Amino acid sequence: MIAGDTVRSRRRRALLLLLAPITLMLGVFFLIPLGIMVVYSFLEPGLYGGVEWNWYPYNYGRILGWPLNDYEEFDPIYLSIFLGSLKVACLTVLFSLLICYPAAFWVSRMSERRKTFVLFLIMLPFFANLLVRIYAWLLLLRPTGFINTLLQSAGLIAQPLDMLFSNFAVIVGMVYIFTPFMFLPIYANVEKLDYSLIRASQDLGATPLQTFLRVILPLTAPGIAGGSVIVFIPALGNFIVPAFLGGSKVQMTGNLIERSFLQSRDWPFGAALALLIMASVVLVLMIQFTRTARAQARGAV
Amino acid sequence: MDFLQIASVHKAYGTPEGTSVRALDDVTINVRNNEFLTLLGPSGCGKTTLLKCIAGFEDLDGGDLILHGRSLRAVPAHRRPFNTVFQNYALFPHMTITQNVGYGLDVACVKKPERNRRVDEALEMVRLSGFGNRRPSQLSGGQQQRVALARSLVLKPSVLLLDEPLSALDRKMREAMQMELKNLQHSVGITFIFVTHDQEEALAMSDRIAVLSQGRLQQIGSPVEIYDAPANEFVANFVGTSNLFAGKVVSRERERVVVETANGRRLASQDDRFAVGDSVKLVLRPEYLHIVGPGQGEPGCVLEGTVKDTVFVGSVMHIHVDVGFGRTVTAHHRHDRADDEPGIAAGAAVRIAYAPAAAHLIAAAGA
Repeated sequence: MIAGDTVRSRRRRALLLLLAPITLMLGVFFLIPLGIMVVYSFLEPGLYGGVEWNWYPYNYGRILGWPLNDYEEFDPIYLSIFLGSLKVACLTVLFSLLICYPAAFWVSRMSERRKTFVLFLIMLPFFANLLVRIYAWLLLLRPTGFINTLLQSAGLIAQPLDMLFSNFAVIVGMVYIFTPFMFLPIYANVEKLDYSLIRASQDLGATPLQTFLRVILPLTAPGIAGGSVIVFIPALGNFIVPAFLGGSKVQMTGNLIERSFLQSRDWPFGAALALLIMASVVLVLMIQFTRTARAQARGAV
Repeated sequence: MDFLQIASVHKAYGTPEGTSVRALDDVTINVRNNEFLTLLGPSGCGKTTLLKCIAGFEDLDGGDLILHGRSLRAVPAHRRPFNTVFQNYALFPHMTITQNVGYGLDVACVKKPERNRRVDEALEMVRLSGFGNRRPSQLSGGQQQRVALARSLVLKPSVLLLDEPLSALDRKMREAMQMELKNLQHSVGITFIFVTHDQEEALAMSDRIAVLSQGRLQQIGSPVEIYDAPANEFVANFVGTSNLFAGKVVSRERERVVVETANGRRLASQDDRFAVGDSVKLVLRPEYLHIVGPGQGEPGCVLEGTVKDTVFVGSVMHIHVDVGFGRTVTAHHRHDRADDEPGIAAGAAVRIAYAPAAAHLIAAAGA
């Protein structure tokens, strides 16, 4: 028998052919740049940008606490900025979850026509430029902005609220831009939730709260986890929102990376920061994957 | 002693067109303790709506549900002592079989040792001991069905509600489950209210059948009553098949009532509930009609005609006979390999006869 003629080997060749473009693209535009980042993060910064090819672990040292004697100081500000970013990202996840989870149930029970329309509305912001949308929040939140003017003219406040350039403003902006990313995975999950299971739970004597905790929540957990990961990852590294709405008061790791590359021209330090973010993201993903894998394994036994 | 009274229950639904449909229209049923009651009707007759109202998933628009003399209208679904076996079983996919069966006990905070004992008992009752650690997706349809039963019965409800639970099973499995359900009902001594559109299933399993159509109760009675003495034309046609002859009662003397059709055809019956001059329909079940030779058959209980066609379905032969005036009558001729069956072929002239006791009378619609 000629090996090339079997169905299986033909399928294999077709598969390889189909996978070639994405493999090539990821290889050239993702893996190679990532490799460069990893290498650069261990090299000495050049005087005017670029790198000197010397082993230099102190980029990480500056952040995590093993500075080069006398030359570079360990500055806890980097860690606190990093932890601050984590906090902002987690709060972004939390608030977008609180908005999207009930909304997903609400939308999933609409008629087909209204559903399509509401989903269109949720996707609508993508049609406008991100900078314009963030800038709009600046106009809304600033002391002479729309919200303050409205509250003042209604007589609810005497002095304009100082909302802009705060964690509050950054989280509002982040929740705003990431809401669709949270909504869609949760919606996809809630949409296929079998309502007869809720009936069954009621029927077996469960109170509404018990039904929620024992049936609805576990069955929609994959959507919640998916949406949270999809929001958490870009939120952690985001620098546009804090740049506009956080001003100089709220710094996130994303801003720090941007400054290292574009302003202080310290490429290795920027690379080290970026890789630390990536490491924490990979950690989150690994936790998520092992959990799903375990859940699947349990389902298959 | 009244058990569960379904007292002139009303329920209407709004349609997208803005009109309102009466899903339940003045339905009254006195459910007896420890009976197997079937709600039978075509789809859209209101049987599932009635079940949902009993379970508490739907509010009543009018009427009442009374259990042991107490109204259930204000009692939410999770506090009613009823449990439901759903059409698609509605097993929790993220739980094991043990967790599914133990769910009702867990939410009621039953202590672990008792909970485990009762779950084991319930699984044993449906012959699924040893399956406790599997997931619903790893069981066959029939097994999932039995888990759903165990999950409900473990709570010892006053009434078990079953919403077409056998419709997803194949024929052989369905027949086996029918017997199993019937035996289970006897052994646990719980009232079963079973919803189905399958008349054979209803006849095979029930102590009593309630036939529903267009939201109204058509008839309630034992399977034999429903089959032999249908209350109206709907029941006569929905449960089994019937040959109906519309006419007026023309004479009524001692055990013999004669009905004359518009064409002057005269047919006899022993059903004496109607007076001379009443408009009635005479119901003849196909299996009560027999092919007889010349001169045989009781006078007044014979139809003559020519065979139009025959359909062989295994145990019986369906014979369609043209009896004149454009009427075709269906007779079920018992098939027997030992008989030679002369003359039963398309075009043959035959005489069909019935016993006068076999002819049942119903009031003509609108009369």
